Amino acid sequence: MNFLGSSVLGAVFNLNHPAHTVDWSFIHMAVANVVVIVLMLVVFVLALLLPFPGAAHRRGGGS
Amino acid sequence: MSAAPPKPQRPSSWTVRVREAGVAALPPEKLLPDGQPTYVASWIYVFGVATIASLVVILISGSILALKGPAWWHYTGVGHFFNSIHMWAVELFFFVMVVHLWGKYWMAAWRGGRARVWMTGAVTFLIAIPTALTGYVSQQNFDAQWISTQAKDGLNSVGVGAFFNVTNFGQMYSYHVWLLPLAIVGLVAAHVLLVRNHGVVPPFDLDKRAAALSAAKPDADGPAAASTGGQS
Repeated sequence: MNFLGSSVLGAVFNLNHPAHTVDWSFIHMAVANVVVIVLMLVVFVLALLLPFPGAAHRRGGGS
Repeated sequence: MSAAPPKPQRPSSWTVRVREAGVAALPPEKLLPDGQPTYVASWIYVFGVATIASLVVILISGSILALKGPAWWHYTGVGHFFNSIHMWAVELFFFVMVVHLWGKYWMAAWRGGRARVWMTGAVTFLIAIPTALTGYVSQQNFDAQWISTQAKDGLNSVGVGAFFNVTNFGQMYSYHVWLLPLAIVGLVAAHVLLVRNHGVVPPFDLDKRAAALSAAKPDADGPAAASTGGQS
């Protein structure tokens, strides 16, 4: 841990252990990978639902 | 007897032929447009350019790491910093590329003659995977040793271990810093040019409306022109 950031993160997340895993039938995944997949799904849904800045103005015929 | 009209002569110079074909396929207003259809004003259309932005960070940080050599990131703080920038840019690259892929899959982005756009994107994704793998096995640490020995078993089992030896650092490093990035940059360039050529795929309802409009008015510009919607 050479950096302040690494030291701070190291204090928050204890990485000194084998990875936590999710076991569901034949699926065996690290929790970190599950978190990333869930985040991607959340971002995908938000991208569909959140209004884009200026979209209403453009659809109204403005330039 | 009247003389036949002169046939237009094919230019003899290959440079002229290439230029004319290039301008015909991608006229300047298509290559560098000053507006996009109104339906592009949605967050789901942002992830393609986000993928390119993270690719640029990967290429810049990777070039600095390549210039400094394959041990620099272990013994200097600055090297460690650029190694981290490179790794997190790769994480972001895959993250936004997968969201881009989901978005384009569910809007069937291969519609309207865009099959090559879809295929270049899909092949880029497939090539990005071994590019990341060769990066992981080029780290020169215990993590790289673990990943390479695990990957070697898998690659041997499908019969490519003799040609693609993940425990050979020189071969993996060459793949990682030159051959695979070259393929990715070439495919991404082709992908972007094809998007410029065909336009961004319209939503389903616009596509159907354009087809109906085209059927009702055979002399109209056709579905491609009608489906692009208003320019913003």
